[in-house]
Amino acid sequence: MTGPKHSVDRLGRLLNLVPYLLARPGILVSEAAADLGVSEKQLREDLELLWVCGLPGYGPGDLIDMALDGDHVTISHDAGIDRPLRLTQDEALALVVALRMLAETPGTGSRDVIERALAKIENAAGDLASAPVAVRLPANAEKLDRVRAAVEGGHALEITYYTAARDETSTRVIDPMRVLMVDGRAYLEAWCRRAEATRMFRVDRIDAFTELDELSAAPSEAVPQDVSDGVFRPTPDLPLVTLRIGRHSRWLTEYYPVEEVRREGPGEEWVVTMRVADLGWAQRLLLGLGPDVTVVGPPELLDRIRAHAAAALDQYASPAR
Amino acid sequence: MSRTRTERLVNLVICLLSTRRFLTAAQIAATVPGYEHDPDDPRDHEAFQRKFERDKAELRDLGVPLETGTASIFDQEPGYRIAHREYALPDIILEPDEAAAVGIAARLWQHAGLAAAASSGLAKLRAAGVEVDPQATLGVEPVVTVDPAFGPLTTAARDRRAVTFSYRVPEVDDPATRRLEPWGVVCWRGRWYVVGHDRDRSATRCFRLSRIVGNVRTVGRSGAFAPPVNADLFSHVAGWDGQTPRNGRATVVARPGKAAGLRRWAVETLPSPDGDRLTLPYADAERLAATIAGYGPDVRVEGPPEVRDAVIQILKEVMARHDGVVAA
Repeated sequence: MTGPKHSVDRLGRLLNLVPYLLARPGILVSEAAADLGVSEKQLREDLELLWVCGLPGYGPGDLIDMALDGDHVTISHDAGIDRPLRLTQDEALALVVALRMLAETPGTGSRDVIERALAKIENAAGDLASAPVAVRLPANAEKLDRVRAAVEGGHALEITYYTAARDETSTRVIDPMRVLMVDGRAYLEAWCRRAEATRMFRVDRIDAFTELDELSAAPSEAVPQDVSDGVFRPTPDLPLVTLRIGRHSRWLTEYYPVEEVRREGPGEEWVVTMRVADLGWAQRLLLGLGPDVTVVGPPELLDRIRAHAAAALDQYASPAR
Repeated sequence: MSRTRTERLVNLVICLLSTRRFLTAAQIAATVPGYEHDPDDPRDHEAFQRKFERDKAELRDLGVPLETGTASIFDQEPGYRIAHREYALPDIILEPDEAAAVGIAARLWQHAGLAAAASSGLAKLRAAGVEVDPQATLGVEPVVTVDPAFGPLTTAARDRRAVTFSYRVPEVDDPATRRLEPWGVVCWRGRWYVVGHDRDRSATRCFRLSRIVGNVRTVGRSGAFAPPVNADLFSHVAGWDGQTPRNGRATVVARPGKAAGLRRWAVETLPSPDGDRLTLPYADAERLAATIAGYGPDVRVEGPPEVRDAVIQILKEVMARHDGVVAA
C-alpha cells in the first residue's frame, strides 16, 4: 500500500487500538471504527493483524487475544500494550494551543470547563505541554455573549446591521447558523431572508437585534462558508481598483487582500491592484488616506474622488452653507 | 508498508516493553519474528542491520521512547528496551464536558499538519478511556489558522534554539535577514507574532509571522539561551497597549440619510437646518479626520479646529495628488 508515512500511521493506529478496545469491552466494531475514523473493513484487518502479534514465545497465552463475537469485540489479553502511547510534541502543541484559543474566545460560556480540560491535558503531556504559545483574542465579550445566547435560543432574529461596503444601516430578518471567530473577530453566519443568501455578519456591526417568535429555519441551500482563507475572498466579478502608493501606505497590501503588487520604475512607488466589494467603500477609504496614495483606475473612481474632494473642500471655503 | 513489516514492528514494541533488561540487536533478532537471518553471512547480516535501523527510526518517529543501554558493565554491545512509564500516556480523567471541549478544540485547526496532530492526539485520549461527544458545540467556534513559520518557531522556542529568517516589512524594499532567540509565539487580534531577543539589535523584538519569507532555519544548539522568567510576551507586541480613551468631542453636520458609519458612533444627534448635528467622541484627531474625509461633501466639520484643519489638509492633498492623473 504505501509510503513510509502510511506505515507509521498504521503502526500508531494499531498500538492505540488495543488500549482503546481494552477500555470498552464488547464494543461494536462499527462503533469503534466510526470513533477512530477508519472504515469497518480496515478495523477488521487491523484486528486480524493484532491477533498474530504478542509476547516472545508467540504461543497461546502470549499473543494478543480477543473475542470477536459477530459484531462485538473484547480484548482478553493485551500483551502489555495496555496504555496508549504518550502524546508527541506536535499532538500536545495542537491540542494545548487549540484549547488556549478556545479558552480565550469570548462568549463560549464555558471558560472554566475549557481551563480544567486544558490543565488536565497539560498535566498528561508533561514537559511537552509547556508550549511557548500564548493567545489573547479581544472582542466585545458582552455583546458576543448576548448574540450567542440568542442564537442558541433557536429563533429567527431581526437585526439592525451596519454594512460597511455600502455605508448603510438596515434591518433584516435572519436565520442564524453559527457564531465564529476568524482572525480575532466575531461573526454570525446566517441565512439572510432579504438577500436570500448566506451572509457573514460581523458581531460588532450588529447594532441591535430582537428574537422573533418564529423558529430559525435556514433552508437547505444555506451552507457554511469555508473561512480558512479569511472571510472576505474577492471574486473576479468585483470591481478592480488600481492604486499607486508610496512607502508609508504599503501597509494597505498587508491589511487588505490585493490582487497584484508591482514595483514601477526606480522610484519608491508600488502599483497595487485590489478587488473591492463596492466602489463607494473604496472611495471612503481612499479619500481619507495619507498623501501618498493615488487612484489610477477605474476612471469612474478617479472622477468620484476628484469630485467629492472638491465638493467637500467647497464646504469650508464658504462659511455659511 | 507490508503487513509483515507492521507485524514485526508491533512485535518489536511488545518485546521491548516486556523486557527489563536491555536486549541487543542479536537477541532481538533471535526473538522477534521477521528478523531471522544468518549472522555469519556478511550480506545477510548487513541487510538485517539496515532493516533494524529503519525500524528503530520508525519507532522514534512515532514517539516511542526507545532507551539504549547495556545490560551489564561487561557488555560491549548496546541494547534496547522501552520503559512502560515513559511509553504510556499518564492517567487522564476528563469529565464529559471537559472531554467535549477537547473534542471541539481538536477540530479547530485549519492547518492540515496541526489538524492531523490534533486528531491523533484525540485518538490517544480516547484509547485512554476518554469518551468524546463528536456532536458537542460550544456556541462560538474559533477558526484557527497559522502561518507556515508557526511550527518551526514554536519548536525552536521550546528547544531554546536560535533561529534565522528572512523578514519583509512593507516600508522597506527588500527582506532582511534577522537572527532571533525566540522566547515564544503569541496570537493577538487574530495575528501571530514571535517575541524574543534580536541578536543583531541586542534588544527584545517582536516579528509578525506573516512577514517571514521562506524557511525559518535553526542556528546552533538547543538550550542556547534562557528566556526571561515570567516575561509578558504581549507587552512587546505593537499596539498591545490597547485603546486610548476617546476623550475628544468633535461636532460634524451630516447630510440627511448619509454617513451611516459616523452616526453609529455619535454620542448625540440633533436635527439642524442642513442635516443632523452629530457629536463624535475621538482619541486621535488625524484618524477621525481620515474617516470624515472619506465621506466627502456628506459631512462637514464644525470643530474643534484640530479636526477641521486635518480634514481640510487631507482633502487638499487628495486634490493635489490627483491633479493631472490620467486613468489607466
